[in-house]
Order: sequence, then structure tokens, then C-alpha cells
Amino acid sequence: MSSAAEPAGPPFRGRLRVPSWVGVVPFFVYVAAFLILPTAIVVGGAFAGTHGPSLTNISALTQPYILDSFLHSVVLSASSAVIGAVVGAVLAYAVASGAPNGVIRRVVTSACGVLSQFGGVTLAFAFIATLGGAGFITLWLQEHGVNIYANGVWLYQLSGLILVYTYFQIPLMVIVFLPALDGIRPQWREATSNLGGTSWHYWRHIAGPLLLPAFLGCLLLLFANSFSAYATAAALINQGGLIVPLQISNALSSEVGLAQANLASSLALAMVVIVVVVTALYSWLQSRTARWVR
Amino acid sequence: MNRRRHRRLQLFRTIVLVVLGIFFLVPIGAMVEFSTRGVGINSPRTLSSFTSIFSYPDLTGAIVASLELAAITSAAMLLLLLPTMVWVRLRVPRMVRVIEVLCLAPLTIPAIVLVVGLAPLYQWININLSDSILTLGFAYLILVLPYAYRSLDAGLSGVDVRTLSEAARSLGAGWATVVSRIIVPNMSSAVLNACLLSVAVVLGEFTIANLLNFENLQVAIATIGRANAGVSIAVAVASLLFVFVLLLALSFVSRSGSRRRRVRVGVT
Amino acid sequence: MTALVTQTDAAARSESRASVEVRLEDLRRQYGSVHALDGLNLTIGAGELVALLGPSGCGKTTALRLVAGLEDADGGRVVIGGRDVTLLPANRRDAGMVFQAYSLFPHMTARQNVAFGLRMRKVASRERLRRAGEMLELVGLAAQSDRYAHQLSGGQQQRVALARALAIRPSVLLLDEPLSALDAKVRSQLRDEIRRVQLEVGTTTLFVTHDQEEALAIADRVGVMRAGRLEQLAPPTTVYTQPATAFVAEFVGLTNRLSGVVRGGAVEVRGVRIPLIAAGGADGPAVALVRPEAVSLSAATDTATGPLLGTVIALAFLGASSRVTVDLGDAVVLVQIPTADAVAYPAGTRVRVALRLDPVLITRDDATVTP
Repeated sequence: MSSAAEPAGPPFRGRLRVPSWVGVVPFFVYVAAFLILPTAIVVGGAFAGTHGPSLTNISALTQPYILDSFLHSVVLSASSAVIGAVVGAVLAYAVASGAPNGVIRRVVTSACGVLSQFGGVTLAFAFIATLGGAGFITLWLQEHGVNIYANGVWLYQLSGLILVYTYFQIPLMVIVFLPALDGIRPQWREATSNLGGTSWHYWRHIAGPLLLPAFLGCLLLLFANSFSAYATAAALINQGGLIVPLQISNALSSEVGLAQANLASSLALAMVVIVVVVTALYSWLQSRTARWVR
Repeated sequence: MNRRRHRRLQLFRTIVLVVLGIFFLVPIGAMVEFSTRGVGINSPRTLSSFTSIFSYPDLTGAIVASLELAAITSAAMLLLLLPTMVWVRLRVPRMVRVIEVLCLAPLTIPAIVLVVGLAPLYQWININLSDSILTLGFAYLILVLPYAYRSLDAGLSGVDVRTLSEAARSLGAGWATVVSRIIVPNMSSAVLNACLLSVAVVLGEFTIANLLNFENLQVAIATIGRANAGVSIAVAVASLLFVFVLLLALSFVSRSGSRRRRVRVGVT
Repeated sequence: MTALVTQTDAAARSESRASVEVRLEDLRRQYGSVHALDGLNLTIGAGELVALLGPSGCGKTTALRLVAGLEDADGGRVVIGGRDVTLLPANRRDAGMVFQAYSLFPHMTARQNVAFGLRMRKVASRERLRRAGEMLELVGLAAQSDRYAHQLSGGQQQRVALARALAIRPSVLLLDEPLSALDAKVRSQLRDEIRRVQLEVGTTTLFVTHDQEEALAIADRVGVMRAGRLEQLAPPTTVYTQPATAFVAEFVGLTNRLSGVVRGGAVEVRGVRIPLIAAGGADGPAVALVRPEAVSLSAATDTATGPLLGTVIALAFLGASSRVTVDLGDAVVLVQIPTADAVAYPAGTRVRVALRLDPVLITRDDATVTP
């Protein structure tokens, strides 16, 4: 901001000075076309009727079969998130309490990095190969007189999805929860015992309250993660609209036309709203923890 | 540490690691077991599922398409994102937050939602531009943005972009030279990291390809799985191994990168 | 010592319980093949402050953690006030501890931190807040009672940690390098503060540090440790003027290593006979350990030669005194003299060095003679 009388300014004040917005144009054009436009199409579609704007698609969400799919999605996401968060937190603690640069820690964190992204078709097939009708464990148990499917083939139902989802939820929990555990300093445990506290006191008054916001935050992240997952369920369950993502795919691939496409939009919009609310709560809880964990 | 507590902790850690190790290894082991089964009961193990992968032209086509998409997406990611990030840091720092929010947005917009909005867009693209499967690259670039952004951001924050580029420009370097010859070499591990993550994401992508009716690797695996589970599980095992090796390479790259950085700090 | 205690605030005195003696008997601790403690014996008198001083890895922190009960001994006993506590867990030992840094519970205010130990002892809520307030006042932080750790400076955090450790009226106060993470200025302030509070409450205290200045300034007695053992345990002045071993002499304060010859109960260095601190030992070559302040300078002509003549190669101002580095040709000597005198000897000046005849310590490990 110095005077113009200064001829040899900093490097970027040469005569060929390009306006600073030029450099970001390609990025914004691309993002506008492939991220913002599709999102706008979803929102627009959700409120579009055959003759101008309407709330028909939104009210279509209250049909019983759609409400059911939302209920299933919530049950699936909540239970896989709770199981994933609890088991993942235990595993993360087992890792964090070991040597910080030890082999175990490196192996587990690398494996978790892979497994947390290990959704989709491969995961579905892994469980079909394990617990499907001709699966490894199914056959092995049959030889020993146990039929795990005596009450129906649950692998391709909601309870099966819960089990399969924990397979990527637990590793994800380890990855997102480890930093919080690493922020817990060993001095706090030692200070607690110097001051007369037992292990129980430590967890009840110190580690528990310190880790709770992070734990709840991670729980929400896991919820959002399984709520938006589609590929695994699609590969495992061929037909029907058990959960919301499957309903969306049904509506999209249906031949009936525009009405269905708009239903897909309103379903998608409802999903985004839920995921955004959950993610916002997550960030809020994370920022609360950040105050302590540095 | 207290000896009794130490012993109890060791026991706890061993139990947790063994139990969860089994939980995570059994499904993968089961896939290997399943894909090497013979045809009849008690028939010997065979690799025929793996060898017959190449007798499915749809499958090989899908594998090639997915690999091409992985390469295209990584290259496009670097060409679009890296110069933008460097530019913003140097010229419009107040835009850094905006770019970050946009790049991380795909994390909160599930692929299944994105595909609803992409469907009409791709209808138009397929009619007016091209109906090649490679057009999926446009959508995949959005999917890899958050991962690539985080990786590149970490890399850039370890480099003093402003000083380096001012020094280079005062010596007469142009813009392209600054990015390709000065910035990238100083954050090579972050760049590689971003590329490998992009490759992993693209190879694992199913949702968008499936719903836009393109046959990429994952869609092909799913389709064949309905007819011949053995072969599709064999492909799944192979692709899993491939991605695992990729990520393993990545963990080594990022480790040696950080070591180098530490040494450099020690010297200055 | 006793006189000081009786002069202090009677209220604070009545708050604390009677001071007790702390004994470490033949303590042993091994990590793998490393002997962190190799038969450590140390008795800290009631109300006394003993500083354990030594390089890192000498076992001083291990000793402290064994007293706290944070680690188990492989052998030996810890006796606090006549009671053998070797097998007691940390939470039943009554040892108040101040850590290096970051030990405050981050989700509690300063007051809640200080009250925590009383809460563990089931003291009623009103009483423990009152006591916490008193302790914070004692360390001069009454106004910051409701702040969280991240709102306090490093020095303030350590004061709160001190108040927290003292609030439980511990039978022994353990300080684990409490000043090492602080800035130099805050460090010396807080050091004096710790000493003032310790004298006021009269708690028997073990202070671990690697900083010799800190140890000499604060302690009733200083224990210099090396490889899991005590090399010397004595009042600060004794440790400095009459080091028991060459290691102590070199670790506490600066030392010149000057080679010479022992003959008839004295050491002959560059033509000067200096008496020995510890008489005895065979005649023969040895290295005398001479303090920089036991050396003085006078002007010399450019042409004069001799074993005590040399050239100034560096001059460092340390405030009231200055350190002059003199090259004697085959040795370099550090000389500490008042700044007013030192200005007469800028670098390049020819000088004559004089050695004061204070008794010195000798060592015979010539391998490490400084050039």
C-alpha cells in the first residue's frame, strides 16, 4: 500500500499484474458446475411440481413406506454408530496406551485408514463370503450343528447391515477418536492418584468429562457416515427400499418419470438436512474439545 | 508406571487387539477362501476364479476404465486444485476459508445425494458432449476434493509459499515455473499423498457410476457377482490388495517425507 | 531454619500438620539393563527441603516417583514419618506433587483444581472451597480463582499446581522440575516463591532439578546424583566450595581443568603449589579442578613469557562480573573477575594469570582434559 513513486515494488506489482480473482476462476467455474449446480438441482427438484413450485414432493415424504425407510436408516445409523463408537473407543484406548511410535500403533492406524474406507461392494462380498448361505463361518457352524439362519437369513436385512456397517465404523472411530485420547496427559492420572483419587475417580472426574464431548462428536460423525452410505447396502440387498439411500436409487432408476425424479430430490434434500445438522453438532463438539486438547 | 496396573493394561490391550483382529481378518480371509474354492464338494483349492477374470470382457473393460479414471482424476485434481490453492495463499488470502469450505463440502453431501443432482447434468453431457465413461471424471474430481485438499493443505503449510515464490519471481521465474519447479518439489510427498488417495477413492467408487449407468470396476464386480460369486470375489480381493498396497506405499511416502522435513528444520 | 519457621504466619502453620521425616533406604529400580536407581540412601529431615540435582538419566526423577508411589521399587524401602509406605499405592501416600507442566485438569477452574484432592478426601463442599481459596491466596492467585488452565500463564499454572499439592496437607511435597518449562525471569521469581511457601507451611520437600543454580538457591541441602547413586549430599555452599568428587565439581558451577603433578600433599600446577581438599593419594600426574573465580589477572608486557602468561581471546559480560577466556598456549583458562576490572583486558591483551591457593580437588582421568 506504499506510494506509487516506488518503482521497484514487491514481485507481484509488475506491469503484467493480473487481477487477483483471475486465478480462482477455473476452480469456481468447475465447483459451480459439478457441486453447486447439482445441489441446486436437488433443492429445486424437491420443491418442483408439474406446474411450478409446490410442496407435493415434500409431503410425499410422509408416505408410510418412506417414513419406514427413514426409521430404518436412523435405527441402522444409530446402532452402528453406537457399536462402532464404543468398540472403536476401546480399541483406540488400547492403541493410545501403548508406545506412541510402536509397531502396534502404526499397524493399527494404517489398517484403520484402509478399513474405514472399505465400504461398498467389496465389503458386502466379504460378508457374503463369511456369513452368506455358503459362507465360511455359516458352513463351519453347520458342520458343528449350529444354524445361524434358523430364524431367517438376517444378513440381508437391517440387522445384517448393522453388523456389516460396524466393519467400517469401528476403524473410523479409531481414526477420529485417537487425537482426543492422545490429548489426555499422563500427568492427569498421576496427579489424580497423588491427590488421593482411585482409577474410578480418574475416569469419573477427569478422563470421562474430558473425553465426553469428543466421544459424542465422533458418535455423530459415525452416524452421518452410515446414514449417507449407499454402496454397501446396494451390493448386499438387491431389491426394495429398506433405507433412504436405497429409496433414492429406486426413485432415480424408476421409469415412471418426473414425479419420481422429484421424489428422489426431496429424499436427497431431507438426507442432506439431517447430515448437515449432525455434522454441525459434530463441529461444535469438536471445537469444545479443542480448547483442552492441544 | 505401577507394575500391577501395567500388567492389567497389557492384558486388556492383548485381549482387545486379538478379538478385534479376528473380527477384521475373518471376512478378508473368508473372501480368499471363497475365491479359491473348487467346484464340487471336497474338490481341491483352485485359482480358476482368478485366472478366469480375463475371460470376462466386460470386467477387463471396466478395470481399464477405472484405472483410466483414476489417472485422469488425479491429474485433473493437481491441475485444478494445486495452482488454485497456491494462488489463493499468495494473492487472495481472505479466500482461503471459502476454498476450504467448498473443498470439504462433499463430505457433508453424500454421493447418493450428489448423484440425484448430477443425473440431469449427465443426461445433457452424454447427449451433447460425450457418452464415454471417462466423463465420470468430472464427478469424481468432486469426490476426491476433501481428501486432496487436506493432503495438499498439510503440505503447503509446511512450505513457506510466499517467501519461496517471491524469491523465485525476483529471480525471473514465471507463474507456472514457480508452481512446478519450486512449490511442488518442496511438497512432493503431499502431492503424492493426494494422488494416491484420489486413486483409492476412484477405484472404490460405486454409487455414482451405478446410478448413472456406467460400468466401472465396482459396478462390474457387483454385476458379475450375481452370476458368478467366485470370480467377482476374486476381483474384489485383487482390487482390495491393490488399494492396500497403494495405501501402504502412501504411509511410507508420508513418513519419509516428514523425516526429511525434520532434518531440514534442524539444519537451518 | 527453625527460627524462620517460628516467625511465619501462625494461621498457615496451624493449617499444616506436623512436619515428618522422609527416608529412602537402599532404593533400587531397573529398566531393562539400566540401573535407574542403584541403592539410593537419603534422609530428608522434618521440614527440610532437599534438592536432587543431576544430569538427565541420573535417576533423580525415578527417586521422586518412587516416593510418590507412581513407580514400584525393585528393592529398598520408602519411609514417610516412620511409616513404611513402600507397598502403598500412590493414592494412599499423602504425597503432594507438582509436575513439570500441564498437570492442571483443563476442564476445572483453578479453585476446582485445588479443591480436587479435598473432594477425594470427602471434605464437605463449603469447607473445601474455603481451603482452596486460602491456598490460592497463599500462592498469590486469589484473583484468578475462577480461571481455567488455558487462561493462566505458565508460571500461574505452576502456582496453582503448588496450591493443589499443598491443599491436601501432604506429609511430603514432591517437586518434579516444576520450573523447567518457564522463562528465565519467571523461573527465578517462582523459585523464590516456592521456597517462601515451603518455609511457611513447613512441609518436608524433595525438589528434583537439572539446573544447579536452582538447586543451590532453594535447598537446605543439595544431593548431586550420578548413575543412580548420590555423589554428595551437603548444604549448597559445601557442594560448591568442597565438592566431594570431580563429577560434583564439574557439574556444579564452572571448572578449569589444569594438568599438574601431585607431590607431598599438594598439587603443582604451572609452577604454583595448591593445597588439596582431600589429602592422600599417590604422587604423580593429575588434573586440578580450579574454579574461574579462583583465578585472577594482571597486565603483562608483550614480550614476557612463562607458564602463567597468555593472551585474552574472549571477554563475556555477565553483569556485575565478567568471564575472561585466556589462552596459555597449551591450555585455555576461564577467569571470572569483577566487570570493572575486566574492561582492562580486551581480546588480544597479554596477561599474567594468578592462581589463588584455595584447596582444590584433583582427578586423574586425563582422557577428558579440556584443551
